[in-house]
Amino acid sequence: MPTSTGPVEVIEVEDLVVRYGDLVAVDGVSFTARAGEVTVVLGPNGAGKTSTVEHLEGYRPAAAGRARVLGLDPQRDHHQLVRRVGVMLQEGGIQPAIRPREVLRQYAGFFPDPLDVDELLDSVGLTERAGTTVRRLSGGERQRLSLALALIGRPEVVVLDEPTAGIDLEGRERIRSILEGLRTSGTGVLVTTHDLDEAERFADHVVVIDRGRVVAAGSLADLTSERSTTLGFRSHDPVDVETLGRAMAADARSTGNGAYEVDLPAEPQHIARLSTWLAEQGVAATEIRAGGSRLEDVYRDLVTGAERRDEA
Amino acid sequence: MSAYRAQVRTELALASRQGEQLLVSLGIPLLVLTFFSLVEVVPVPTADPVDYVAPATLALAVVSTAMVSLGIGTGFDRQYGVLKRLGATPLGTGRWIAAKTTLVVLTELVQLVVLVGVAAALGWRPPVAGWPAALAGLTLGTLAFAGIGLLLAGTLPGLVTLAVTNGIYLVLLLTGGVIVPVEELPGPLATVSRLLPAAALVEVTTESLVAGGSVGTWAWVTLTAWAVAAPLAAARCFRWE
Repeated sequence: MPTSTGPVEVIEVEDLVVRYGDLVAVDGVSFTARAGEVTVVLGPNGAGKTSTVEHLEGYRPAAAGRARVLGLDPQRDHHQLVRRVGVMLQEGGIQPAIRPREVLRQYAGFFPDPLDVDELLDSVGLTERAGTTVRRLSGGERQRLSLALALIGRPEVVVLDEPTAGIDLEGRERIRSILEGLRTSGTGVLVTTHDLDEAERFADHVVVIDRGRVVAAGSLADLTSERSTTLGFRSHDPVDVETLGRAMAADARSTGNGAYEVDLPAEPQHIARLSTWLAEQGVAATEIRAGGSRLEDVYRDLVTGAERRDEA
Repeated sequence: MSAYRAQVRTELALASRQGEQLLVSLGIPLLVLTFFSLVEVVPVPTADPVDYVAPATLALAVVSTAMVSLGIGTGFDRQYGVLKRLGATPLGTGRWIAAKTTLVVLTELVQLVVLVGVAAALGWRPPVAGWPAALAGLTLGTLAFAGIGLLLAGTLPGLVTLAVTNGIYLVLLLTGGVIVPVEELPGPLATVSRLLPAAALVEVTTESLVAGGSVGTWAWVTLTAWAVAAPLAAARCFRWE
């Protein structure tokens, strides 16, 4: 929460590199996350999100760069951080034969001043499933149990790796409201997701990463404010951006994957002029639109790029 | 509640829910004890079969708990990411090991009480003076077999650990002197068997707990070597995820 001394940085990552043998999973990532804010690390599968958070959780050593959580080193000061940081792994971590109330009581025993188990069960919506073995819970119920385990010790920082993966709409809504509560109470929250809508729903601050690098970062407002300053279109036909720029009397560029943009507001006269020019050039545009948010543009290109790499 | 107590309580609750583990740790030793005490199918060196079979099943009980149950439980904990997740809590490795040790020791105490009780009902009257050596042997055996169980659990997938520990259990049951004394095995097999911890542990318990018995030095040497080497190997090779 912003105080008179300003926002407190609870996570600082500087030029972090994480390697698995020859594979570079995280290649110089830098960002910060603050108390009382939800910071979302957004990226396609395989972007390096989990490797980044697992370094912060103390599981993976850094090959280069550094990270601080609450001013401490995730590996060297691990035994201090485990008392103050709540963690939700991407998957697993809970015995299938155990029951939600049992595992919450177990974890409650690890912390000096845990939350009340029954209240926590209630807030994640698992009261009625508290006595059912984890094996019989749905994917979404397991995710909510896993979230509850992250919160039981009243952490100052919460690190959640894909908390809404495989979760239903009601579950998402609960998680959103829990994150809202954490933000209000001044907890620093770091969430990873590959889902753009999720990021837009939760985030105060977004860090977009791809192939181990930060490709965009900023407040959600910054990343979505450029809505009407560009005019975009897509085409399978080649477009000469220089000619286009001259015709439109504005900067024009290709943004890759057959997408182009012109630095003009998406006003009717500009759209009409663009359509006319495209028609004259014999270019079939599949889509003409107002620029959309920068976040959306950046992210859509990343995901299509990642899918293309997967196919290759 | 302390972290250690919270962990022990969870381990006990989960262990009590594993029916098949209870079968391996109590059912099979009890079956071996009663069947081979009452039916003389294999030659044993004592006049009354129970005098050999009872201390041998105590050794078997240690193998089942320290290696099979601990190995399988830990192997699946690791496979399910439970160990990884616990690594992000204040529990810590030390208290985790203490909790697992408590579980093993408590299980072995229950096994000891039940097996000694049933054996006594079958007429077993071991010399009291033999107990210190027998208990020392069972302790060394626990270290050796827990080391083997954790080495497997920390390096193999859960299901493979399950198969391998049960397989080793069966092989040791047959070749470790539990049912058939090592002396009765074909020469080369007997030699190999004496280098393995099961036969050594059986030698220690059967010779300590029979009137006029004496434990071969080889058994203490083999057993101690395994009790040191296996936990060290496990500590060195164990991967948490």
